[in-house]
Amino acid sequence: MSMLLEVDGVSVSFDGFKAINNLTFQIGEAEMRAVIGPNGAGKTTFMDIVTGKTRPDEGKVIWGEKSQNLLAMTEAQIAQAGIGRKFQRPTVFENQTVAENLMLALKNARGPFSVLRFKAAAQDREKVAELADQIGLLGALARKSGELSHGQKQWLEIGMLLAQDPQLLLVDEPAAGMTPDEREHTTEILVEAAKTRAVVVVEHDMEFVRRLNCRVTVLHEGSVLAEGSLDHVTSDERVIEVYLGR
Amino acid sequence: MADMALHGVRRPLIVRHPSLLIFLTCLALFTVAVTLLAEGVGMGVISTSFVKTLGKTLCLCLVALAMDLVWGYTGILSLGHMAFFGIGGYAIGMWLMYARTEIIVRDSLAQAPLPPTVTEISDGIANQIFGVVGASEFPAIWALAHSFPAQLAFVVLVPGLLALIFGWLAFRSRVTGVYLSILTQAMTLALSLYLFQNDSGLRGNNGLSGLQNLPGFDDVPQSSVSIAFFWASALALALGYLLCSFIVSGKFGSVLRAIRDDEARVRFLGYSVEAYKLIVFVITAMIAGVAGALYYPQAGIINPAEIAPIASIYLAVWVAIGGRGRLYGAVIGTAFVSLLSSWFTGGQAPDINLGFAVIQWVDWWTILLGLSFVAVTLFAPKGIGGLIDLIEERRSPDRHGADLGPDAGALREKEASK
Repeated sequence: MSMLLEVDGVSVSFDGFKAINNLTFQIGEAEMRAVIGPNGAGKTTFMDIVTGKTRPDEGKVIWGEKSQNLLAMTEAQIAQAGIGRKFQRPTVFENQTVAENLMLALKNARGPFSVLRFKAAAQDREKVAELADQIGLLGALARKSGELSHGQKQWLEIGMLLAQDPQLLLVDEPAAGMTPDEREHTTEILVEAAKTRAVVVVEHDMEFVRRLNCRVTVLHEGSVLAEGSLDHVTSDERVIEVYLGR
Repeated sequence: MADMALHGVRRPLIVRHPSLLIFLTCLALFTVAVTLLAEGVGMGVISTSFVKTLGKTLCLCLVALAMDLVWGYTGILSLGHMAFFGIGGYAIGMWLMYARTEIIVRDSLAQAPLPPTVTEISDGIANQIFGVVGASEFPAIWALAHSFPAQLAFVVLVPGLLALIFGWLAFRSRVTGVYLSILTQAMTLALSLYLFQNDSGLRGNNGLSGLQNLPGFDDVPQSSVSIAFFWASALALALGYLLCSFIVSGKFGSVLRAIRDDEARVRFLGYSVEAYKLIVFVITAMIAGVAGALYYPQAGIINPAEIAPIASIYLAVWVAIGGRGRLYGAVIGTAFVSLLSSWFTGGQAPDINLGFAVIQWVDWWTILLGLSFVAVTLFAPKGIGGLIDLIEERRSPDRHGADLGPDAGALREKEASK
């Protein structure tokens, strides 16, 4: 299987602290991957590097069929190339309606002049309604997203991520602060998404990871400690030592 | 409801912004009313100087719209927009002064036995204009001052170009928030200090004067000229309002507000935040230039003090008092505060005798203004525009009303939105 994203020998340090240390990571085109690790293992920094927020000190990050070098691109260019990101705490535009939030994220031309001339076509509105239905917010399209509950905001953000139609979804703790039912629904959405694209989920909650039923990468001190099925990594001696706390 | 929300994205501008129609109607009625009451054309209730004050106020409202677009919608607290306003004034002022001096010089040279040469005329004009700063030659920036179309183009081009260069440098380095405000203020200060110098080519601290006299219209009384400028200012404000409404409505406005609220998130959605900021910065600088070009012929004089940072700070105060992020708020705030300001500082406000001290408003007005700014920021961040929200909420108190949380007694949606 050809690789969609290849992170090769990446290191980054903040004030002498090595947040990422010679990290190598690959993910294929339609693959779900869970990334777990204790606090400070470098999970969020890893996402920051892939999305262009943080520049690594060394290493390579190669993307897609054309083998583009992500390190030479801005955040906006990386997002346009097809990498979407959901943050740990839900960051939706609270002052705008659910419909506006989804319309902002919807895959369309991003340049200022085309946005200025933009008129939502019938298919855009259908797509927004469809996404809203998928995330259970069809009845709330006209509401300001600041009025939504925490779980609904999480979903709206997942909806915005899907609206971008990225080839790779980076999802940081999607189930944080959700009720068991909401978690169930989130799992379904992610598993469905992973059928057509790559999904990387950073998660603390082992139950949630188990339900995703996918390959797991364990990070520790900025590098990969183990990789494989959940059962495989949880039986690894070193993983037990550093992560499962013995 | 879902349908409404989706269709909201493509209904006509007027329907999406009901305030637009109300605003344009009010402006039209106001313009007609002032004309009918004005000295010279109408019943003569309003003096020419007050017509000029009103016309200038409309220009200030226009630059406030630009400020609201760049600050209220995009979140860039620019303390440089009055500099762009001043540049617009200088650009048109150069032509006004040149053309009028040219007429005077030609007239006086026509008395001579020999017809004057081109050089003689040019030298005569230069002497007249620059004698006050001890120079008698045209500086390079006056090269096109004889051409009305060129100076008219400079009204938008020079502020636009300056904003483009400055904005490109600042936004590209991701300078935001208070640091950006300080940078814009530094730019304004530098420009104003430069213009104060006699060799800047713009007559130093004398500035440009006599701008109220339109070349070739000496026979037209100021009472008519003032009405013409008043109409032009009203028209510019109406067009500016339409342009700003168009920009902030729809998806572009949605992106701008998103940039204001969380620009990093907008980047991760794939929008080039810097490009959007730059476009808004340049467009608003151009609007400010147009406003300035209409303002200074009514004021009659422009000097570098008008460009000093304090002017741009006043602009921010007007917009804040009127209410940020709503175009009519900027207009209301500016009209209200600047008219009140001319009342207080014009010596018409009665002094208050406290026994131990006398409050003379000419001195105390700035303190009152400062206190109101602090009060608005602390207690009424929505400004005067917030009053309109109160009326609207009374009309449709319940947009929806489900409980937010699962428990009985949880916040209701309506409460949460406050």
